[in-house]
Amino acid sequence: MEGGQITLAALSVTFLVGLSRAMILFIVTSGLSFVLGILRVPNLAHGSLYMIGAFAAHSIATLFGGGSTGFWLALFLAPLVVALVSLVAERLLFCHLYEREHLMLLLFTFALMLILGDLTKMVWGADYRSIMPPPALQGFISIFDLPFPKYNLFLLVIGPLVAIGLWLFSTRTKMGKIARAAAVDREMVGAIGINVSWVFAFAFVIGCLLAGLGGALVSPTISVTIGMDHNIIIEAFLIVTIGGLGNMWGAMVGSLIFGITQSFGVLFWPQFAIVFPYLAVVIVLTLKPTGMLKSVW
Amino acid sequence: MGNMIRQKSFGVSAGLFLILLLAPSFLPRFYIYFLAVIFVTALLAMSLNLCVGHGMLFQFHHGVFYGVGAYTTGLLLAKTSLPWWLAFVAGPLAAAFAGLLIGMFCIRLSRLYFGMLQISLGSLIWAIAFRWYGLTGGDDGIHGIPIPDFIASTTGAYYFVLIILGICLVLLYLIIKSPFGSTLQAIRDNPERCAAVGINVRRHQLKAIVIATFFGGVAGVLFVVVEGSIFPDLLFWTLSLEIFIMCLLGGWFTFAGPILGAAFIVSLRTFVGTYTEYWTLILGIILILLIFFLPEGVMGYNYRKLFRSRTKYATASQAE
Repeated sequence: MEGGQITLAALSVTFLVGLSRAMILFIVTSGLSFVLGILRVPNLAHGSLYMIGAFAAHSIATLFGGGSTGFWLALFLAPLVVALVSLVAERLLFCHLYEREHLMLLLFTFALMLILGDLTKMVWGADYRSIMPPPALQGFISIFDLPFPKYNLFLLVIGPLVAIGLWLFSTRTKMGKIARAAAVDREMVGAIGINVSWVFAFAFVIGCLLAGLGGALVSPTISVTIGMDHNIIIEAFLIVTIGGLGNMWGAMVGSLIFGITQSFGVLFWPQFAIVFPYLAVVIVLTLKPTGMLKSVW
Repeated sequence: MGNMIRQKSFGVSAGLFLILLLAPSFLPRFYIYFLAVIFVTALLAMSLNLCVGHGMLFQFHHGVFYGVGAYTTGLLLAKTSLPWWLAFVAGPLAAAFAGLLIGMFCIRLSRLYFGMLQISLGSLIWAIAFRWYGLTGGDDGIHGIPIPDFIASTTGAYYFVLIILGICLVLLYLIIKSPFGSTLQAIRDNPERCAAVGINVRRHQLKAIVIATFFGGVAGVLFVVVEGSIFPDLLFWTLSLEIFIMCLLGGWFTFAGPILGAAFIVSLRTFVGTYTEYWTLILGIILILLIFFLPEGVMGYNYRKLFRSRTKYATASQAE
């Protein structure tokens, strides 16, 4: 910070900034991980859905006047828009392909990524956009006399809430249990009279909903633009890999590693800050080749 | 029979090569440039396919080695007074060295993890090139790299690229047909059995990676010759994904498949790209149509041939 002096206060604020960045990453990657764990499909279009979530949030917030109501409605409706898009893609195209080879599914999600990326450009154009957080979450609070954005504090609350919600959903509800069972043995689940195709559709939509939520949540902190899908998808895949494929808590651990190394990189060596998360991934995969936590694959 | 087919395909490729040699005399300049771009991309896809198709190594970030080759040659030409041929040789060697380093890290990991580690290592290199303004020009890259006079014109570059491509294809063919290539394909089909008969599986795979990255670096040098510029998008993972798709599209268990895939995607980008900025939308739709209606065309019929020995797959696909 000032005069090259790195104080304890600066370190703790940097840590909190990294933590709040990690929460966004977690919300997006947990969705990817969920789809990966249940459908066994590496969904390359996940980043595009995140981008659509951010653009939709911008449009909804502007439509309702950009104030407090606009923001909260955007936060609620944008993920639903994304869920609808993913439901259409799943029922129309994806559900016919589950029996194919893995590389074919990867190719399909790549095609979907291309299509959704261009459709986003058609609908929203290539301009930069940003939305304001609601008045209650604007401004800064002071932590050790250093400013910390209130909105990031909000992210720190909502991240764990999503984690707990997803955990309760997949372990405590009937639907979640069926989905996990279908991942392990879809024929058996089908044999006891459950429509596996719809279970998969449901799981896919839940995962994509989380991508949309992540996009809506990130929109006040960055400028929303075409190309953000390419950046997030690669980060999300790396996080899922270092965490353990399909493991939700692994997605959490991976996001924390990624977000925190990124923010400390900004503190210590701003020019090469983007190098640090990749370095962390290399170190993790070199030490633990199958990720930090148990993979469901 | 097999011999006859081989003679026939040799005749066809020799004829094609002859036509391409004469092409500059009757094609307009734009098409010459366009063909040169296809050649560069084709060599890149061919080099990747040595790993993907013949070695079943999920080389997800092959674009990095293309970029390393292009950057090494480009920087040496633009910033030093070394003779041009030294810069041209340094490019592929640097790419092969990067391939050896990254390969040594990745080779211990299995498929998807292999690819992911490679993406993160490659992204490291991309991030450095992207941010090191002093050396690499950062996100602007370096433009107007001085190319030696005899290949500075479009036609000169075209001939240079065509001849190097021809040499590289012959070399790649010889490598794939050599005992080393056969061993590599045996490892692809059954790594356990290969290890049991005393083949050092990882050493062979690492060799394949180094060879593939060397040819990727050659493609990078050719890119500098054709475009005269370098920029960090060469190292970005979307390009790697694109060349991976080229291999899948053209048929990744065939020798010349990736050339077709590269020609297809480059043509689409060039010709559809002039009519609409949404050419990737068209590519996406074509891919989906292929997946639904012509899956054999996407993967090449050899996909089934490879899996024929795996009885479960064969019976499952016949039952459909």
